[in-house]
Amino acid sequence: MSTLKVNQHLVTAENMITLIDICPFNALEDNGGKLEINSGCKMCKICVNKGPKGVMELVEESQVKTVDKSLWKGIAVYVDHVDGDIHPVTMELLGKARELADKVSFPVYALFLGHDIKDKAKELLHYGADKVFVYDHKELKDFRIEPYTAAFEKFIDEVKPSSILVGATTIGRSLAPRVAARFRTGLTADCTVLDIKENTDLVQIRPAFGGNIMAQIKTPNTRPQLATVRYKVMNAMTRSVHAGGEVVYCTIEEKKLASRIEVLEVREKALEVSISDAETIIAVGRGVKSEKDMEMVRELALLLNAQIAGTRPLVESGWLDAKRQVGLSGRTVKPKLMITLGISGSVQFAAGMNGSEYIFAVNNDENASIFNVAHYGIVGDLYEVLPELIEKVKIAKGA
Amino acid sequence: MNILVCIKQVPGSNKVEVDEKTGVLKRDGVDSKMNPYDLFALETALRIKEAQGGSITAVTMGPKQAEEVIREAYMMGVDHGALISDRKFAGADVLATSYTISQSVKKLGNFDLILCGKQTTDGDTAQVGPEMAEYLDIPHVANVTKIVEYREDAIVVEMDMPNTIEVAAVKYPCLLTVEKDIFQPRLPSYKKKMDTKDREIRVITFNDFEDQDIMKYGLNGSPTQVERIFPPTGNDKREMFKGSSTQVVHNASSKLIELKLV
Repeated sequence: MSTLKVNQHLVTAENMITLIDICPFNALEDNGGKLEINSGCKMCKICVNKGPKGVMELVEESQVKTVDKSLWKGIAVYVDHVDGDIHPVTMELLGKARELADKVSFPVYALFLGHDIKDKAKELLHYGADKVFVYDHKELKDFRIEPYTAAFEKFIDEVKPSSILVGATTIGRSLAPRVAARFRTGLTADCTVLDIKENTDLVQIRPAFGGNIMAQIKTPNTRPQLATVRYKVMNAMTRSVHAGGEVVYCTIEEKKLASRIEVLEVREKALEVSISDAETIIAVGRGVKSEKDMEMVRELALLLNAQIAGTRPLVESGWLDAKRQVGLSGRTVKPKLMITLGISGSVQFAAGMNGSEYIFAVNNDENASIFNVAHYGIVGDLYEVLPELIEKVKIAKGA
Repeated sequence: MNILVCIKQVPGSNKVEVDEKTGVLKRDGVDSKMNPYDLFALETALRIKEAQGGSITAVTMGPKQAEEVIREAYMMGVDHGALISDRKFAGADVLATSYTISQSVKKLGNFDLILCGKQTTDGDTAQVGPEMAEYLDIPHVANVTKIVEYREDAIVVEMDMPNTIEVAAVKYPCLLTVEKDIFQPRLPSYKKKMDTKDREIRVITFNDFEDQDIMKYGLNGSPTQVERIFPPTGNDKREMFKGSSTQVVHNASSKLIELKLV
């Protein structure tokens, strides 16, 4: 473990300004002539690497407790489901887990918590799991945080998986942090790339700091390592005919499954068209100047049988329903065709759509970062391009 | 009802970029604002207070400048505010942050209900709420879309699940993270701004904590480490269409047809 130290004797009025300026998080401040680090520090080490030499120093401390990594084996996947209805992100994570596990000769585990789920567990053996651990109790029928965390804890204590992948659904995003906190270990949310080192450290990459930056994150001193991944980010394995592994039935004492939450009702959501499953999506951003211009967008969407989606600012302006937001704070989509209109392309947005098969981007600034993820870039004024494009599509469809 | 709302100051814009030549992060100004999702948590607290009575405390963690979001909460009608600030907290990841706030909550008093926004716009992790609930040993429900009713010892809420809505009664004390649009947040009031301009903001530091193990805070208490940061890799094989709008539309639509996308 390391900390940052300010070598005060090297601080001058001049390099203090340089350092305060270089820190992207406003974490360096002038406290009456003394340069101080405040709690905004994210340990990005830019002040050490890019600042005036020697002023900021990285001090290595060796008092950190480390874990014996050889005791923690296997990559586990949490089976996301409601009433035994397994969410497809689970198969995607099993695919990724298989790939990671094969690199370090680990087994792949699935953890399935619920009630009356025993029959469904076998199916997971067709998607790359070596062992499916099932906790089948009536207290686990509906998702409630305390009993689910308790069963998860028991699984970790007994199986000691090195890494655990959890789908970033509303359940996963509630459960994974609770489990990580209980084990005082790291959880990296919404990873877009996962790899594994020889020493079994998980390499976790995600957009970070709310900007156009990717961060590579590791959990080097604790186990298990937890990561969440959104639906449609990884690829599921095709179902194999052969199911090689085994289902392991586990139990936990009932008193450990006590909860202060009583589920009164579980009802189906009103059927809504989800952009997550759309084949074609037209996404709009701040290039659209007024709400009435959305009419043109709707016309093109109708012609292409597309769903309309958009960026956070458009949702915040109230022109789009929040369920149509693409990006890290919205949905992840992977359509066959994605057309973006007037979107500059923040990492937050791109992370939610760069898995699309074909991306056509329209933007008037040829340096816009959306063109970095697009397959076809159309440089032009949206208000000239869109009407002409509508005409062309009409002709093509009529012919 | 004693309510605590956790809020955060975030960068005003997302335009943080990496200078490809020097590897230094570039910021577009230094403006900051309240995390927009926290406005929904504040509004929820204000509505509950209006219905049930009680008192609301807002707490934030960050440098001194983060006091601004507490002032803003006062302008909306929050009663008390606290800033958790100490350089010992520098370099805290989600886990260390959650533990630090949970220690502060114990110091601030006994709360029946703790409210958080669904996530922040700078970290986007949505983890601090659930992790805090773990350290406070209270139940939590994430993604609450509706408050259904108040009972003597519990609050009944609707939570958003992948394909369903779960209605649950959660016993106090508990923590809820609320979805955007649970209520329309009110605007800060000028009158309240004037009324609260001298109101105290309590400062909480490491020395106030019950747990004095320094290894649980800041960088030392952070199991995750950022190994490197880098600009996102683009797609090099892209084809660009430039020229008059007629020309680019012609090229683009031909490509759409060629790929059988139209």
